[in-house]
Amino acid sequence: MILDIYSFSTLTANIDNSLHNVMAPWLAVATELVLIGLLFLIFYALLGLFLVYLERKVCAVMQNRIGPNRVGKWGILQTIADLIKLVTKELIPIKNADNFLFNLAPFIVIIASFMAMAALPFAKGLQAIDFNIGIFYVIAVSSLGVIGILIAGWSSSSKYSLIGAMRSGAQVVSYELSVGLSLLAIVVYTGSLQLSTIVQSQADGWWIFKGQIPAIIAFIIYLIASTAEINRGPFDLAEAESELTAGFHTEYSGIKFAFFFLAEYINMFIVAGIAATLFLGGWMPLHIGHWEAFNRIMDYIPSIVWFFGKTFFIIYIIMWFKWTFPRLRIDQLLNLEWKYLLPLSLINIVLISFVVLMGWYF
Amino acid sequence: MKNNVELNAFLTDLLPFASVEQGKQYPEIVVPLEKWHETAQKLYENQQVPFDYMIDFTAVDYLTKFMVVYHLESTQTHDLVVVKTYLEDRQKPLIETVSDVWATAEFNEREVFDLFGIRFHNHPDLRRLFLEDDYGFPLRKDFKDEINVIELSN
Amino acid sequence: MSEETINNVIIKEDDDYVVNMGPQHPSTHGVLRLEVFLNGETVKKLVPHIGYIHRGIEKMCEADTYKQVIHLTDRMDYLSAHMNNEAVCLAVENALGIEVPERVKYIRVILDELTRIASHHLWWSAFGMDLGALTAFFYGMRDREKILAIFEESFGSRLLHSFNTPGGLMHDVHPNFQKHTMEFVKYFRKKLPEYKQLLTDNVIFHNRTKGIGKMSRETAIAYGVTGPSGRGSGFECDVRKVAPYGLYDQIKFKEILHDEGDSFARYLVRMEEMEESLNILEQVADNVPEGDFTAKMKPIIKLPEGEYYQRVETARGELGVYIVSDGKKFPYRMRFRSPNFGNLFVLNTLAKGGLIADLVAISGSLDLVIPDIDR
Repeated sequence: MILDIYSFSTLTANIDNSLHNVMAPWLAVATELVLIGLLFLIFYALLGLFLVYLERKVCAVMQNRIGPNRVGKWGILQTIADLIKLVTKELIPIKNADNFLFNLAPFIVIIASFMAMAALPFAKGLQAIDFNIGIFYVIAVSSLGVIGILIAGWSSSSKYSLIGAMRSGAQVVSYELSVGLSLLAIVVYTGSLQLSTIVQSQADGWWIFKGQIPAIIAFIIYLIASTAEINRGPFDLAEAESELTAGFHTEYSGIKFAFFFLAEYINMFIVAGIAATLFLGGWMPLHIGHWEAFNRIMDYIPSIVWFFGKTFFIIYIIMWFKWTFPRLRIDQLLNLEWKYLLPLSLINIVLISFVVLMGWYF
Repeated sequence: MKNNVELNAFLTDLLPFASVEQGKQYPEIVVPLEKWHETAQKLYENQQVPFDYMIDFTAVDYLTKFMVVYHLESTQTHDLVVVKTYLEDRQKPLIETVSDVWATAEFNEREVFDLFGIRFHNHPDLRRLFLEDDYGFPLRKDFKDEINVIELSN
Repeated sequence: MSEETINNVIIKEDDDYVVNMGPQHPSTHGVLRLEVFLNGETVKKLVPHIGYIHRGIEKMCEADTYKQVIHLTDRMDYLSAHMNNEAVCLAVENALGIEVPERVKYIRVILDELTRIASHHLWWSAFGMDLGALTAFFYGMRDREKILAIFEESFGSRLLHSFNTPGGLMHDVHPNFQKHTMEFVKYFRKKLPEYKQLLTDNVIFHNRTKGIGKMSRETAIAYGVTGPSGRGSGFECDVRKVAPYGLYDQIKFKEILHDEGDSFARYLVRMEEMEESLNILEQVADNVPEGDFTAKMKPIIKLPEGEYYQRVETARGELGVYIVSDGKKFPYRMRFRSPNFGNLFVLNTLAKGGLIADLVAISGSLDLVIPDIDR
């Protein structure tokens, strides 16, 4: 068993005790909240920078070229240079736009992804929000992003943005069904919605191995549906350059555009994080049956490395999709969801319920 | 058709009002201006050698008259003929359109109108193709544009 | 007839929703303005506006000697520059009755086929990029660079070489020319399965191109759509078979025809043509005889009076050169029948009733190069 893997709960308990010793209880709690918020903000920003750089390098390697390599050693500072450029650009005001909603839209999208990221279990003992409705909370909160997209499209008062926003909105709302149903598959296996319980239940094997065929089907459906959720990969018709418009964020410039751009990459991280948590075992190391020596070695790798390793593996697969396949047309996209993925997910749920009832898994 | 002689004989039968010239690279038919549309229909619709593929259509400016020339091919027998007609009027050159016979002629005629000024009777959409509406007709031999065209003194 | 009937040309009605795919657009290849009349997402009508790159090549040819005209013909369909040059050279040589040496014929065929492959590479890259498979662009360009390196070694320039001249070639090719060509043939044969894997066998690609933009054989003939676009509809128009020139009557190769007429058929025709070109290169590249690189020509070329017409097969279709000569050293009239002319104007018929995303797929599969239309 993995009882001797390092747990962050000792570290957090220490900090908690020291704060309570120094200040009044309510002040200590408030300080903790501020501390965690700051930590997450910094993590969010750094992760965004890193993911943009990673995408450019991965795409370059697939296309037989090098990618950014001038700014900083190996081009690491390229994203910072891009960020400085975006921050110093003029924010072009739109004449007939509803100014309040126009400025609000990027913030809604960022807030939605921020709230979803807070619930991910990063390592043993390192999880900000641990509700008993964990996964349900994550899905619900990430759906708020659609509101941001629709508001952005409507308040730009341009017919092209509106059409793009409607298309994106329809796409996201349709694919949420498949996402929810495929995640429900693992919930049925586990019997609980709480994220830490789900991770704990994978102590003797990841669900993708324990759950066999229904879990693999759910995993594949989840990968496809979540790529469509985040408007990426072969499903990015709404913001394609060779179509007529740039979609719902046509009218945004400078830092507001940077927010949309950043939120897309963070959404990719969240989606990959959820896949890693539910299907690939979260921060649980890889244990194979009764190979004790192998398991001991695996336990030495810290849990946070396991979590990020699995997440970046899924991120790599999502990036691979984008740079290999041509785009789907909007009606083919919606066809795929309503005629193929949704019935398949429903059948999968029935299958899994049956399997759990009969106890046919180990 | 087996060879040019047979083709010439066939064409002379088909178009009694035209004169078929011998000895050139391809059989050449010269038709009078009024019979142009009739010639086109006969060449397209006849059963032995239907000329259904219009390869090219252009005009040449001889200083006293215009010559409009069509190269037609039959996709069944791979015979090529050249059909010519002469327009004498330089002020208002007018010829019938053949865009109801070959669909590509619609756009070739727009190009000829753009560059030469030859108008086409019954054309569905006679607008200029490349140039602005008030520019002259550049491929005429007496075209002068002091600003844009540099005359070489070779 | 003394009066003409002028039909009222009404293009726009009041409640039409018009969108411009303007002269600068990532997926129209060249400066082309497409006025698209939409009904929701469906295309009702399409009106192309051209003339943005009209340079007056036909007028300029009337003031240049026959050798100088070669440099102008390069710039029409710049991706098949060699075939354009060859058309004018063949017309002049046939008019004067000159027989070029065998070596010249072999080298012209090699250059023809290399140019055809390079042009199809660029088409494949751009088509993939338009549909969203951005990696396809880099794979095609990587392989095209090998061909351009061969050209640069012999002629000094990668794309517009103007190497042909009436009577033969300007100078002899580099000694490594044949060796590098055969190396390229071996290299590219290994890469073709990669192309097949990336786009041809891809389900998403099939959904975007199968059944889109069906062109019947009669439409192709009526609009004069030749080349791979016409052959995708079953129209046998390969000039190398219909009216062979140069060495083509002695080389064994197939004419590729598909019957379906949709975008996928046009795509397959071009992919198989690349393979056929490799077969032709294998037959020819090792057997180039030694000899002169040009026939003896007078310094000032004057064609006898008369009219001459020469047809060649470029990468996009049939190019025709029509020369009217009055015996002087400048041609009296030089006319180029461009292969892309019909291809553009058939776009209206094909795109009606489809979606905008289909328009991008259709115009990519027709492989338009706009400077050829505008001349």
